[in-house]
Amino acid sequence: MQPRNALEALTLRPTELLRSSWPWRSLAYLVSGSLLGAATIAAVVVMLALGTLLAAVIVGVAGYVGCLLSGIVVARVERRRLRLVDHDELLDPHRPPPRAGLRAWVTLRLREEATWRELFYAALAAAMLSWMDLLVLVGVTYTLLISVGAPWTIADEPLSSTLPATVAGLLLGPILIYPVIAWAGARAAMARAMLTPPDEARLRELTRSRARLVDAFEVERRRIERDLHDGAQQRLVALSMQLGMARLEVPADSPGAESLAAAHLLAKQALTDLRELIRGVHPKVLTDRGLAAAVGEVASVAPLPVDLDLRLPGRLPSAVEVTAYFVVSEALTNVAKHAGAERARVEAFLTGDRLIVRIHDDGCGGADPATGSGLMGLADRVAVLDGTVNLSSPAGGPTLLRVEIPVPEAVV
Amino acid sequence: MRVVIAEDGVIVREGVAGMLRRFGHEVVAAVGDAVALREAVAEHRPDVVVTDVRMPPGFSDEGLQAAIEMRKADPKLPVLVLSQYVEQTYAAELIDSEHEAGIGYLLKDRIGEVAEFVDALERVARGRTVVDQEVVRQLLGRRRDPLHRLTAREREVLALMAEGRSNTGIARELVVTEAMVAKHINSLLAKLELPPDSDDHRRVRAVLAYLRG
Repeated sequence: MQPRNALEALTLRPTELLRSSWPWRSLAYLVSGSLLGAATIAAVVVMLALGTLLAAVIVGVAGYVGCLLSGIVVARVERRRLRLVDHDELLDPHRPPPRAGLRAWVTLRLREEATWRELFYAALAAAMLSWMDLLVLVGVTYTLLISVGAPWTIADEPLSSTLPATVAGLLLGPILIYPVIAWAGARAAMARAMLTPPDEARLRELTRSRARLVDAFEVERRRIERDLHDGAQQRLVALSMQLGMARLEVPADSPGAESLAAAHLLAKQALTDLRELIRGVHPKVLTDRGLAAAVGEVASVAPLPVDLDLRLPGRLPSAVEVTAYFVVSEALTNVAKHAGAERARVEAFLTGDRLIVRIHDDGCGGADPATGSGLMGLADRVAVLDGTVNLSSPAGGPTLLRVEIPVPEAVV
Repeated sequence: MRVVIAEDGVIVREGVAGMLRRFGHEVVAAVGDAVALREAVAEHRPDVVVTDVRMPPGFSDEGLQAAIEMRKADPKLPVLVLSQYVEQTYAAELIDSEHEAGIGYLLKDRIGEVAEFVDALERVARGRTVVDQEVVRQLLGRRRDPLHRLTAREREVLALMAEGRSNTGIARELVVTEAMVAKHINSLLAKLELPPDSDDHRRVRAVLAYLRG
């Protein structure tokens, strides 16, 4: 059973431990630790000084931002250093920036939780941990030098009394390695604890990838919509037009006129069907004009009067808009199909960083998610975005469907 | 009439051009994107423009935006916009845009109703407002409140008015006299508390504004 890190190495038999590379790695870890601490302090002092000196010019801000971001560099070095005394790799928690360029990078980093965790670690390392490294190193070195070097340093004593100190020092060496390894191990464990993203980060990554999947579907739907529009629909419009022209040429009482009229009618019906199909695949007005406009369209084609109260500031992230749109669309379809309602009402507004959508109807109630009325599908769609769906539908009505979707970036 | 056509689908574009020529109109330019549309209009000063809502490069609503901008620059330019689906939003933006000349918003499918389509285009060129009956149907469906005070006949008249028909056109459609139509119109305008207006272009806009509520 090979030790995975310095702390586990302490459990090895002393002979094994002293033959292994752990003592040297631990020493290297502590030496580099104190150097990194010193470098951090120096760099931050320089950047703060520059920031303060140049505060008059805009460049000065860079100094301060540099200080805030210094943790990133420290943590990157720390992750490399950690390999000396810990075989388990620590992964880089940072996301790649969405676009090239310094601005995108800085913006993303300042928003990431990991940046602030790393800044905290860098501050603690520079203020305390690196000093402890130095203290342990100095203490061990000093003890060894004093004891082993006794015959040289204590010149006024006879050799007979100083030589035992040298011998003791040589014997002490292997023992002194233990506090070095122990501190290196403890320090590495602290660094790992501080630099490891909490579990929720992993969960969030998972959700994000599900959301990406939803986005991918959305892109695909748009492509299908485009293809139908550019292909089949164009041809059907042209066909219907040609038939219309033909009908003008053919006298109304001729034998072909009736078939021609029937064909014309069929072409027009096919167009209507296709139009509805395309709208279901991806409503274009949603892409062009956003949620409020698209919900307005849904409400206006609903078979019952729908009151709208939409208070939305401009555009929301597209995944949120698409999901909210399908929620409203599906909910109103349900109302029309099952509720026997006189009126429905749709409200949408933002509170803080959440979008709230409420759909009321004055129908007979008793909506049950279990009966596969599309409500489960809605809940699934909303869950992907970390949202929630609540339904209140007592028998006899009224029914209220309330959907909450977090809006990732504050949209102002 | 001298017409400029903008439509990205070649089949439809050539079809519409052929159809208009057959009805004796002159197609001075048939283009496939919004940029070329602006150039063609600047160059040819047509009597009427027919444009699709959706065009390259972005395939969102370049055609509609081009129409609205061109009207801003030249309020006397009649434009008929063809849309894939009935989108109230687009219709509203178009009708609310600055204009003195005719404006039209029709479903693309209406191209198949050849005679009606050409007639609608001619009405737009003459300065009328033409709105697809589907838009009107949806608007009527959305507003229930004072509309129920109208008689069935008045509601028919209102729908035809909102589509941009003239009194003569409504009379022909409902097979009644024009005097009768005028009476219905005055009565329904009063019920909806809209100002009586003899200019049917402004009247249509008032009705549409009312329906959009």
